[in-house]
Amino acid sequence: MSISFKKIKNDFPILKQKINGYPLIYFDNAATTQKPNIVIKKINEYYKKQNSNVHRGAHYLSYKATEEIEGSRTEVKKFINAKTNKEIIFTSGATESINLVANCFEKIIKKGEEIIISEMEHHSNIVPWLLLKKNKKIKIRYIRINRKGDLVLKNLRKLINEKTKMIALSHVSNTLGTINNIKKVVQLAKSKNIPVLIDGAQAPGHIEIDVQKLDCDFYCFSGHKMFGPTGIGVLYGKKPWLDKMPPYKGGGEMIKKVTMNEISFAEAPHKFEAGTPNICGAIGLKEAIKYINDIKIKNINKYESELLLYAIKQMSKIKEIQFIGESPQKAPIISFIIKGCHNYDVGQMLDNFGIAVRVGHHCTQPIMESMGINGTIRASFSLYNDKKEVDYFCQKIKKIINILK
Amino acid sequence: MNSIEKIQKEIVEEFDLFDDWQDKYEHLIELGKEMELLPEKHKNESNIIEGCQSNVWIVAKFKNKKIKFLADSDAIITKGIISLLLRVFSGQSPLDILNANYNFIELIGLKKHLSINRASGLESMINKIKEYALIFNK
Repeated sequence: MSISFKKIKNDFPILKQKINGYPLIYFDNAATTQKPNIVIKKINEYYKKQNSNVHRGAHYLSYKATEEIEGSRTEVKKFINAKTNKEIIFTSGATESINLVANCFEKIIKKGEEIIISEMEHHSNIVPWLLLKKNKKIKIRYIRINRKGDLVLKNLRKLINEKTKMIALSHVSNTLGTINNIKKVVQLAKSKNIPVLIDGAQAPGHIEIDVQKLDCDFYCFSGHKMFGPTGIGVLYGKKPWLDKMPPYKGGGEMIKKVTMNEISFAEAPHKFEAGTPNICGAIGLKEAIKYINDIKIKNINKYESELLLYAIKQMSKIKEIQFIGESPQKAPIISFIIKGCHNYDVGQMLDNFGIAVRVGHHCTQPIMESMGINGTIRASFSLYNDKKEVDYFCQKIKKIINILK
Repeated sequence: MNSIEKIQKEIVEEFDLFDDWQDKYEHLIELGKEMELLPEKHKNESNIIEGCQSNVWIVAKFKNKKIKFLADSDAIITKGIISLLLRVFSGQSPLDILNANYNFIELIGLKKHLSINRASGLESMINKIKEYALIFNK
């Protein structure tokens, strides 16, 4: 069945509005995606008809809410092809997922040991490890990136040694769009028995996620970047790791038994989910996954890849544009600068024309340092964007260059 | 009406000549380009304004009981806004600056076209100008 991407825009009510009198063109999808009607409706219905606390109540609504949240866990499991529901921990987002693992590793890693990350990481996959470095006196090593924005993987072989205790890497770069060769990294890591954590914030909803194929030990992502609500995210962890890791926060839901002096913990995932979870968020996420599954990730991927190539082709015609990140393996994210124009001026003018982009360092200051720039303008696409919008964008960019220069 | 109010009124009238925001922007950018240059040596860390997304430097000199401001930015829209601020505040006495009401940015109809980040940057610039006025008022 072929999908009408033309009609998809109608699923997203927010896109119908005008900004400064111009139709909204939303090119800030790497920051967050918009929400389809079915997700909005489900959230609404939850509070109208189902709201109740989970796992404890001895009444109908509580059973219902528990069923819904555990149903969501099953949906997430299928979505990323995990082996069991026990490997799926709900968090507030990719950032919390990474922090959870980094915190637990405080008990596992020892002084002088090492963690490898890369120069293209988002601050949320840098700062938790830097905090760990501060607390445990460990060393952080960086995989370099080349001018095109690809990881220099031959560099990785030299970085790995007997002290390496973790490799934490993004699946897709939020600034450069590069899709990293995770399988190759995992292969290399496995040969030395090193666990691999993948920051998948930018991947779901754009490319297929199969944690068994990737064979990574941890995979982190957020619901809001894949049409779900904010404040819900996932940490996937292989069961042996989740069994080994100590709880990360204390509270209700995570315990088997508490006496005045002693506690025994529940099994994963509940061990890591102290307190009332974001029930509504989890239910919304389930709906977002259904939305993606209905369209099929391979259709989305094909559509977005074509749109990305079209945008690059059209933008290449504007001679002042310089692309930042030209990997052959790219998600629909285009970072660029315009010679002679300040990024913030361009962002401001685009906003005035109703076009939403992001400007700045995108929480990836090491990339900026490595590339020798202050920041970029970033246009990131989703399945509701189209070629007409790209044409309008290019036309306005030309106009803005004329005004600013 | 004192001098600060008068200049603000002039600026508002000047921008009223343009009908749409694009023309207002082009005018603002022109003003930025015409601004008196800030010598490179002043573009250092100690003169930089915190809270602006682009780099903004402001320096002040106190002479004959008036403050003369010089400023610059690497972003051209910001530079245009600075040129308006300087037109209003440069050459005024510290007390007049401290007592001044300023609403011309809103009145020229550009505020809704400034992102929140830029609007808070504008606040930071005005705070810096007032800070200088406070120092020289002592």
